[in-house]
Amino acid sequence: MLSAKRIGRREFLGSLGGGLLVLCSLGEDLNAQESGGARRREAGHELPEDVAAWLHIAPNGEITAFTGKVEVGQNVRTSLTQAVADELRCSPSMVRLVMGDTALTPWDMGTFGSRTTPTMAPVMRKMAGTARQQLLTAAAQKWSADPKSLEVKNACVINSAIKKSASFGELAGSIDWVHVVGDSGYVTAPSNWQVAGQSVPKVNAREIVMGKHKYASDQKRAGLVYGAVLRPPSFGATLTSLNTAAASAISGVKVVHDGDFVGVTAPNEQIASQALAAIHATWQEKPQISSAELFTYIKPNGPSPAVTANGNPAKTLNARYTIAYIAHVPLEPRAAVAEWTEDKLTVWTGTQRPFGVRSELASEFKIPENQVHVIMPDTGSAYGGKHTGECAIEAARLAKAVGKPVKLVWTREEEFTWAYLRPAGVIEIDSGIGGDGALMAWEFHNYMSGPSGLPTPYEVPVKKEQFHQVESPLREGSYRGLAATANHFARESHMDDLAALAGMNPLAFRLRNLQNPRLKAVLIAATDKFGWSKVKSSKNTAFGLACGTEKGGYVAACAQITIDKNRDVHVDRVVEAWECGAIVNPEHLKNQVEGAIVMGLGGALFEAIDFANGRILNPHLAQYRVPRFSDAPKIEVILLDRKDTPSAGAGETPIVCIAPAIGNAIFAATGLRIRSMPILPTFRA
Amino acid sequence: MDLVINGTRTSVSVDPARPLLFVLRNELDYTGAKYGCGEGQCGACTVLIDGEPHRSCVTPVGIVAGKEITTIEGLADGDKLHPVQQAFIECDAMQCGYCTGGMVLSSVALLRKNPSPTEAQIKQALEGNVCRCGTYNRILSAVQKARQLMLTQAKENYRAER
Repeated sequence: MLSAKRIGRREFLGSLGGGLLVLCSLGEDLNAQESGGARRREAGHELPEDVAAWLHIAPNGEITAFTGKVEVGQNVRTSLTQAVADELRCSPSMVRLVMGDTALTPWDMGTFGSRTTPTMAPVMRKMAGTARQQLLTAAAQKWSADPKSLEVKNACVINSAIKKSASFGELAGSIDWVHVVGDSGYVTAPSNWQVAGQSVPKVNAREIVMGKHKYASDQKRAGLVYGAVLRPPSFGATLTSLNTAAASAISGVKVVHDGDFVGVTAPNEQIASQALAAIHATWQEKPQISSAELFTYIKPNGPSPAVTANGNPAKTLNARYTIAYIAHVPLEPRAAVAEWTEDKLTVWTGTQRPFGVRSELASEFKIPENQVHVIMPDTGSAYGGKHTGECAIEAARLAKAVGKPVKLVWTREEEFTWAYLRPAGVIEIDSGIGGDGALMAWEFHNYMSGPSGLPTPYEVPVKKEQFHQVESPLREGSYRGLAATANHFARESHMDDLAALAGMNPLAFRLRNLQNPRLKAVLIAATDKFGWSKVKSSKNTAFGLACGTEKGGYVAACAQITIDKNRDVHVDRVVEAWECGAIVNPEHLKNQVEGAIVMGLGGALFEAIDFANGRILNPHLAQYRVPRFSDAPKIEVILLDRKDTPSAGAGETPIVCIAPAIGNAIFAATGLRIRSMPILPTFRA
Repeated sequence: MDLVINGTRTSVSVDPARPLLFVLRNELDYTGAKYGCGEGQCGACTVLIDGEPHRSCVTPVGIVAGKEITTIEGLADGDKLHPVQQAFIECDAMQCGYCTGGMVLSSVALLRKNPSPTEAQIKQALEGNVCRCGTYNRILSAVQKARQLMLTQAKENYRAER
């Protein structure tokens, strides 16, 4: 039962010997949509239950906590540090977190699905809380005192009666941590949090602003050479001829050719790209569908079966929505440094799934997982786009072939083309309402884009909601919020149309059909702050709202837009209310909500991957527009703190409302309903 | 050729056509400038050349020989952060931090030229810098905060000199 990670960890910690490990089942299902298209499940992994696997207190008092989760900008390095510090009753500056290192941290499925806060923070708290209790007990024994008479403060146990204190460092050595099983009975309730619940600053912000933090693409090894990979001209193309003589003749260049894989290594990145350019290759290509045919391919036009209401709806509405492929565009593209030492492989790479990438590498090179060590330095963002290990595998292939450490950093064009995309989709909705504005029937079909956020939160007596899998013409995978963005866009646009059909205000119509108290609370909070009851849309300035729920978070947004004479749309102001249970770090939470709104605005208005015949036609930032300073609206975030409710994750769901809120504002201004994401190409056509 | 980086003169033997970014990162270990797009569109690679912000990914190293190059690593005075760096921390003006070095240097250049920029001027100056995490409003606040910190610092320096 001792796996490689445990052995590596023991080497690392040294002072901790072997011992009994009590393991519990992971009990967490891998969401089928979460992956980079591989859709693999990783069953059979169990989380260690001993405190030693998660926490180490050195004799000098240094506290190190270990988690397989990774930091990609969502600030979990800070929030998990807060959890540990809270339980140990110490300052977060006293805790160092080791993250996403397959030799040092417990196995983890990956950092996605907004799971870190609801599932990892409780584990870290359980382990740190148990450690606190053990330290307290050790001190009580040392002083023959009643543990209840002692206090834990600043990483010390204090006995005020005899005016003595013992530091964690002094006490920790007397405890056999591998035999201490985590007990959630010692976890601190949110109402008693001291460190969590506060806006603790980002723990490594200083390193970042000084340019000292080393991202995956910044890693260096002695004797490092630079890699580059020859890409086919289109997806699925096969190599028919190859001449690498000119490339091989360049000093310092090695060409690696293995099946359809052709790559080079060189003393620097410039020579590597020159060598790549010197390779002559011909390819067999195959015809493939293009952007223009995409939606007809996904769901051929034609009526869908309509749901039959109980009774006669006063009004019915049938509508079809389309969602384009979009790219994550993490500012740091895929990057990896791979190094072989005999038959052992070490890879530094930016990934949301270091353990998943370890499996991919082990499988690629047919070696046991305990011979592969993946290290994930806090990376230059991901947004669901870095689940997979293709760059790590390529770097490792090159490194193996040339017998030197290899760095491979994908170009922006490669990241656009050879990573995976947020799925496109078609959504069809058929609905009916009564004369009183009550929803009577609701039928919702999502083709290809995904099932997340598909169930309606509104009350409706007759409904049918389905996701239909369709084979994607382009490589697709996870994206922040998954299909919840597409499904909320369609549903909330449709609800807005129904409100108009019912002759009701969009807010009144939603409240008429909502029971969920948490969703109602954010809707009321956002509209109150926005002043919804006072606004009146005109043809140039208009207002829209939307609300929704997914992954345990509740969100409502109001948007104010301006439409100029070129039919360009600018979002001027957004008020978003957000509730995800007990708040861990208010400032970082606001930052996430703001970021989600800005990122969501891109997919709402203008982001779209254009493709034809297996080629991405806009694989550059000069061609694929992402939101910039001038696009960012004034944003007001209202956080509802629910100390009585477990914290849900917040990195994703705040993105779902901005697109329908904008679309609804355009409708309010013009009477035009745009049923496509992105909105602008259709609106301006 | 000789490069003057953060006040230190360094000799390198490289192709003058090679982009400054890769010379900094791969030959000299200044990894604070980042690769984001390779075509001057994202600003992650921004460095200051004689005080002006430049996209080092599209700047041939040959044309900056002998000029003063400032990278993000050279901005702080030892352990003392530049006011813009301090303001970025105080405003939590980052998420993943990959764009931060470029944002900070572009802001420093703006504030040197225009110590009291309006919001529109800040947006205009930083329009070429992408923060994919979407922290634009926080960066705007940070630049305004930095302006205050710099004013306070200037007043203190003035008092100290008197």
